[in-house]
Amino acid sequence: MFTDLPLLSIIVWLPILGGVAVLLSGDKGDANGVRVLSLVIAITTFVLSLGLYADFDTSTAAMQFVEHRPWIPAFDINYHFGVDGFSMPLIILTSFTTILVILAGWEVIKKKPSQYLAAFLIMEGLMIAVFSALDAIFFYVFWEAMLVPMFILIGVWGGERRVYATIKFFIYTFIGSVFMLVALIYMYYKGGSFSILEMHALKLTMNEQVWIFLAFLAAFAVKVPMWPVHTWLPDAHVEAPTGGSVILAAIMLKIGGYGFIRFSMPITPDAAHSLDWLIILMSLVAVVYIGFVALVQRDMKKLVAYSSIAHMGFVTLGLFIVFQIWENPANASGGGAALAVEGAMIQMISHGFISGAMFLMIGVLYDRMHTREINAYGGVVHTMPVFAAFAVFFAMSNAGLPGTSGFVGEFMVILASFQANFWYAFLGALTLILGAAYTLWMVKRVFYGEIANDGVRALKDLNTREFVIMATLAIAVLVLGLWPAPVVDVLHASVENFLQHISVSKL
Amino acid sequence: MTLESLNIAIALPEIFLLTMACLVLVVDVYLPQEKRNFTYVLTQLSLILTLVFILSNQGETRALAFNDLFVQDAMAATLKLFIVIISFGVFVYSREYLQARNIFKGEFYVLGLFSIVGMMLMVSANNLLMLYLGLELLSLCLYALVAFNRDDGNASEAAMKYFVLGAIASGMLLYGMSILYGLSGSLQLSEIAQAVSRAEGAQNIGMIFALVFIVVALAFKLGAVPFHMWMPDVYQGSPTAVTALIGTAPKLAGFAMIMRLMVEALGGLQADWQQMVIVLSVLSLAVGNVIAIAQTNLKRMLAYSTISHVGFILLGILAGTAEGYSSAMFYTISYALMSLGGFGIIMLMARQGFEADNIDDLKGLNQRSPWFAFIMMILMLSMAGVPPTVGFWAKLAVLTAVVDIDLVWMAIIAVFFSIIGIFYYLRVIKVMYFDDAVDTQPLECGRDMQIALSTNGLAILALGLYPAALMSLCVSVFS
Repeated sequence: MFTDLPLLSIIVWLPILGGVAVLLSGDKGDANGVRVLSLVIAITTFVLSLGLYADFDTSTAAMQFVEHRPWIPAFDINYHFGVDGFSMPLIILTSFTTILVILAGWEVIKKKPSQYLAAFLIMEGLMIAVFSALDAIFFYVFWEAMLVPMFILIGVWGGERRVYATIKFFIYTFIGSVFMLVALIYMYYKGGSFSILEMHALKLTMNEQVWIFLAFLAAFAVKVPMWPVHTWLPDAHVEAPTGGSVILAAIMLKIGGYGFIRFSMPITPDAAHSLDWLIILMSLVAVVYIGFVALVQRDMKKLVAYSSIAHMGFVTLGLFIVFQIWENPANASGGGAALAVEGAMIQMISHGFISGAMFLMIGVLYDRMHTREINAYGGVVHTMPVFAAFAVFFAMSNAGLPGTSGFVGEFMVILASFQANFWYAFLGALTLILGAAYTLWMVKRVFYGEIANDGVRALKDLNTREFVIMATLAIAVLVLGLWPAPVVDVLHASVENFLQHISVSKL
Repeated sequence: MTLESLNIAIALPEIFLLTMACLVLVVDVYLPQEKRNFTYVLTQLSLILTLVFILSNQGETRALAFNDLFVQDAMAATLKLFIVIISFGVFVYSREYLQARNIFKGEFYVLGLFSIVGMMLMVSANNLLMLYLGLELLSLCLYALVAFNRDDGNASEAAMKYFVLGAIASGMLLYGMSILYGLSGSLQLSEIAQAVSRAEGAQNIGMIFALVFIVVALAFKLGAVPFHMWMPDVYQGSPTAVTALIGTAPKLAGFAMIMRLMVEALGGLQADWQQMVIVLSVLSLAVGNVIAIAQTNLKRMLAYSTISHVGFILLGILAGTAEGYSSAMFYTISYALMSLGGFGIIMLMARQGFEADNIDDLKGLNQRSPWFAFIMMILMLSMAGVPPTVGFWAKLAVLTAVVDIDLVWMAIIAVFFSIIGIFYYLRVIKVMYFDDAVDTQPLECGRDMQIALSTNGLAILALGLYPAALMSLCVSVFS
């Protein structure tokens, strides 16, 4: 039905041009006009992006919905879009989350609402483009451009220390990515093409692979973010407006994980293999150490930010554990590798929903009380019973309760880890305890007990808009938790092809 | 010698502009101050007509004129095109600025036109003498323009510095040229190139000796470290209109001078000058980017940022390949467009008795004028090399050229310093968007300025979204 339309171009450019239109309409008149316009654009984009799912062929790992036109012939840079099982779910996650974010800022953002909404729409288009670009420079353009609206968002609508946080965010990400740019140029020099798929096939020596791998690591590790380059994230999250935090946690972090899948591992499989211990180590430190760090936070947003880092540790763990699964003599069949990679992908999508929900929840409280300190709350359940029910549900899924999406990804990765090494699985599984500890303890302190103060006593429960946001996310979390099959089906062919590719040495 | 053999027709744009400059000089004398606008209109009209001549004059083939003193080729045509367009922009931006300061005088336009003639001659020079005369015509006009606001102490100081250091550089250049003449017996670039390829032993050493002086002089004129000392003071001290004139189009002429001297004449010594240029380039990248962080004056910051951009341009040139030269040319053109916009914004913010040249003066620009804050943001992002702006493609092209000759470490140094560089560009955006306005007076400027500045900013964005046209233009010049 959609195959003859350039669907990817439409869902990339519709929100970007829509964002420009919102920007141009300005803040002179009634803000409701631009809000409705933005919402309509976001919903249209989401509906169109569902077309990707409807027409997706799950039997092939080849790129689908491909668009290929020359862009800059002098450097053989092409306008090259296409999706496979890895990128398609992330694109739908992006267009879905943007709707919620626009709803979340509805009455709350009073300062220059048109610029605020335009930033989100433009960012949506850029992020979808990042997920679907198949030309390395084309990818890089969107990857960098995406930082600008986020930089503005945090800087203009952020909290107290917003300038510090946003500059730190920009510079950290920029540092990582310019080294990736040099690596891309080097591969162009070697292979004569910026096409990502041709880079996958490019022969590289071990020495080259290690340097290129490290350059990619600099870019993606900052984005994920992995310990020890995660320090920008708590700052950025705490200072960002609710919508910014949601996009940051739900989508932008995923771009790091996606980068490992699209670039690092297929382009430099041998370097990834020989340095997998490093990534596994960094991931486990993230899961365990950052879990403990989350435990002692007093600021709710900071706590969720740290929990994001810990959860993203599972993604990198799942991706890089595959080499050790293959090598483990006790696991002659070599099975479990697909489980690990699929687990990592499910974890990314699920974390998109759950972290989005957690930040939106904090946003709901912050809009009413203007503080994120855990100590300032207590007994919220007495004044906001409906909200408390959602909060407990999302907290449970953040802690990985079976039946929610949080459980599926983590469980798959832990299960796969057993096939590599018992201790990886053991350390990874600690997250089930730590995650439960820090999330539930926060819920206990905020929602239960006596009503702490008059501020809490005066709280009003969710309004319709907030209820719709929360309910949508709760359904998504439940569906993915109980019935992950549709996503796994989409992933399957691509995962097999990916594993097949990285198992062959380039040397 | 007959008139035909002079082949005057190909120098038509220069001849026309020179005539018009003289005409403006004479006409302006008879105009009362309130009719000064006529000078302005006449100046812009002559630039537009020159542009038409340049466009109609564009032949694919290389042609020589005036007994081979003057050359018309693809590089010259392209660079002249942008020199005239950018100078046109400078004049549009500076009109109200000059009026507000009571320095809306004919001299500005006459000297400006002569300097443009000088630039065009440099670009088309095929002979050392021609090159030198073009350079001096440009420089002398600029020295006078810096001191143009007579009663301003800073401007006089800047002019003095500029003149003394510029004269030293010209001396160096002449000295190097005279050695070259002694060794090759000719001032023609092509004959020097032949002499270089024949040179052996002691003669070769002599050539390298001359080369050192020429490289030093070029580094002076372009403002590469360690010969950059004049730039911050001159940029800051001059009236912004003059800074814009110095900081934009002459860079294109400087690029042409490097191409004519170092590539066309001394291309045989590429291995020798490459080492010198590597040093100049690394130092410029380092010093320019690091010191720019400490600046509070916007014009001074742009001076240091220029120094770092010169490092990038030199990086493309030192590659010594056609891709390298075309990337350097692409970089120079996009840089000139970006800095034109940057100075345009400063002049937009300035008003009577207020220079608006401190970074803090941009505070809260997003509240005062979201549109021009957006334009300035594009300019800053482009200078920082963030896509999708043209600055990113310029950096990409240069880095590709450098990686192509296996100097990956140079590419890494370059990106390392651009990371440092990003900080001060971000600070400008931070000031515009995140800080509250101190100065709430609305921005007032004429429709012409608004249109020109918007076009300028959008061009940076449009060239970033579709750089293919300009890029293939630059590539075709050197193929």
